[in-house]
Amino acid sequence: MADKILMKGNEALAEAAIMAGCRHYFGYPITPQTEVAAYMAKRMPKIGGCFLQAESEIAAINMCIGAAAAGKRAMTSSSSPGISLKSEGISYMAGCDLPALIVNVQRGGPGLGGIQPSQSDYFQATRGGGHGDYHLLVLAPSSVQEMADLVSKGFDLAEKYRMPCMLLADGTMGQMMEPVELREREEAPADKPWALTGTENKRKPNIINSLALEPQELEKWNEERFKRYDIVRENEQMSQSYRMEDAEICVVAFGIAARVSQNAVDMARAKGIKAGMIRPITLWPFPEKALKAAAGQCKAFVSVELNMGQMIEDVKLSIECSRPVSLCCRTGGMIPSPDEVLAAVERAAEGGK
Amino acid sequence: MSTTQVLIAGFGGQGILFAGKFLAYAGLLQGRNVSWLPSYGPEMRGGTANCSVILSDTQVGSPIVGRPDILIAMNLPSLDKYENEAPAGASIFVDSSLVARKVKRDDVNVYYIPATQISNEKGYQTLANMILMGHVIAKTGVIPQEMIAPAMKKVVSARHADLLDKNIEAVRLGIEY
Amino acid sequence: MIVFEKPKALTDAPLHYCPGCTHGIIHRLVAEAIDSLDIAGKTIGVASVGCSVFAYNYFNVDMVQAAHGRAPAVATGVKRADPSKIVFTYQGDGDLASIGTAETVHAAARGENITVIFVNNAIYGMTGGQMAPTSLPGQVTQTSPYGRDVNTVGYPVRICELLATLDGTGYVERVAVNNVKNVRNAKKAIEKAFRRQTEGKGFSLIEVLSTCPTNWGKTPEGATEWLEQNMIPYYPLGVYKDKYAEEAAK
Repeated sequence: MADKILMKGNEALAEAAIMAGCRHYFGYPITPQTEVAAYMAKRMPKIGGCFLQAESEIAAINMCIGAAAAGKRAMTSSSSPGISLKSEGISYMAGCDLPALIVNVQRGGPGLGGIQPSQSDYFQATRGGGHGDYHLLVLAPSSVQEMADLVSKGFDLAEKYRMPCMLLADGTMGQMMEPVELREREEAPADKPWALTGTENKRKPNIINSLALEPQELEKWNEERFKRYDIVRENEQMSQSYRMEDAEICVVAFGIAARVSQNAVDMARAKGIKAGMIRPITLWPFPEKALKAAAGQCKAFVSVELNMGQMIEDVKLSIECSRPVSLCCRTGGMIPSPDEVLAAVERAAEGGK
Repeated sequence: MSTTQVLIAGFGGQGILFAGKFLAYAGLLQGRNVSWLPSYGPEMRGGTANCSVILSDTQVGSPIVGRPDILIAMNLPSLDKYENEAPAGASIFVDSSLVARKVKRDDVNVYYIPATQISNEKGYQTLANMILMGHVIAKTGVIPQEMIAPAMKKVVSARHADLLDKNIEAVRLGIEY
Repeated sequence: MIVFEKPKALTDAPLHYCPGCTHGIIHRLVAEAIDSLDIAGKTIGVASVGCSVFAYNYFNVDMVQAAHGRAPAVATGVKRADPSKIVFTYQGDGDLASIGTAETVHAAARGENITVIFVNNAIYGMTGGQMAPTSLPGQVTQTSPYGRDVNTVGYPVRICELLATLDGTGYVERVAVNNVKNVRNAKKAIEKAFRRQTEGKGFSLIEVLSTCPTNWGKTPEGATEWLEQNMIPYYPLGVYKDKYAEEAAK
């Protein structure tokens, strides 16, 4: 086992990608994720990998499409405004059934917004972001260790289900340092008979394409893709429960919001309130099974988010509105304090909103 | 079982983030849970910079230090901004060569040290941060003194190995002040 | 003795192009170049958006279909994934010179070792005849119904001339397929562009002046005449840059 070292989240995820076998990274500078590109620029040439600073976010995601189509583990990273630019390419990736890892170290929006941490791209990430019927795998780390661990997981899932995966982090996750242990990858990379590797005049050409002008054909493609999504929904929901054993108030939070909420849960417990937390690790598929189970024991839910209330919709859907769900949020780059979350938990415990 | 929340604040360029990293590594080498969170963005270039460090025997929840047990203020705006955020009983360290005023509260422990002046007198132009850190270690025991050298080795890059001894010496000056 | 046959680098799929459209000729020239260099087994093509969107059905090599304008970026990713492969894009004027200008210019500036086939017919064909970045001054299209007015919509873009100014560009030539002589020159240029890539000699682009009888409102024969009388004077044929020939001459 390697010693734990202190690393920034952005650097940990970059090194984790390299350890997961990624040798093709295409990026473009934007705060607060620029360390990923800088790290890749330093490391890739030394290990025979490819780092390329693209002319735009749009070009970067399309370079990923090219490398992924050729069968490589390709990756790009950006922050919110840059992800909007990549959305076209992400839709094409989904339509072409290409696996790749897209990292979004979120900042406040809309528009140019700000550069401080945010979770306001939740809808964009979990609903697809680009045009068309599709989903991304969306993973939400809440520590530097998870920034690293979920990279390898993300590549594996992306290849297993042939769909793009987004690591949805935020400015604090990218910028903070925590002890991290980087683990060598054990699994062999997936077999990719569909990849464009040249026919060598031995097989029929492989074609990677998202165009189907016949509506019957396009409908069939989409339905088949959604059958795969159903399997993902069934098998890949991930979440972590914190002090949920006898909880009556369930806080739901991911990423940095979960870190803050953990303090608030402890504070509430100290005051005699039976609070617990479910922290979604996969945002798509949303951990609806865990939420639904919690609805059986809890009398109220509190969704804590760094946006104006986005994940709260999935919380309500998961529990089929069977319990009151209140919102505790800050936006624009602000982060709720543990006291603010505690106050929301206390209101929920009192039966108020 | 304890958790110490440290907030280091000052101007960009004073080594705020570096001092925080030193502290975090010292905690890590003790086997404790640690987190280090910098302010980031344009303010890093000449404006105010601050750094949240948490050392804990349990898992670190929020990495954001809102109520510092230890506040290190390396300029006046930082003291103005954070003085009232510290809980009663907290320790506030002020670089008195850069901050003219005194701490207004009487429910906290206050330590003044002319760190920048000492640093300049010793010819260590940029080590006020480490002199302050030494003083913090002496007065609060936030990390044991035997962790100073090993932690410093972790944070002073090989490229600047010549600065290792100077940094350790600066910490010692702060301890002995 | 076989004196004429279909290139092996073309599939048997019937082309969907309009009668008189010269895309078919250009497809054939690309396929002949691939055959002649014997590189089909390691060639990967990038289709674009426009009339040639179905190019992936016609070339008998591995193909990926790119978003509108993004083919050079996709090709960059493919090439960087395995530099031993031969990678080409096949793009029209709207794709390459309008929505994909940034991707085109920067792939050239990087000296990306790929081959770009740029089919310029001065109009958006697939969407039904709108003004293209290369539509000529005064040219009537669906979106310039009174003729392209350069005072309000500006001037056509001359891609070869533009790319020739970049240090990263390796080889840029403009050819046409309106008569036998020009088709022969086009064949040579396209083959040279692929050969340059096999030699690792960077970015090459062949601009092929092409016809669109349907959207120009002309007969096939009238279209080749229009190309000769209107397009060639505005877009002169010839080599605009040949970095390695220049270096060899020194």
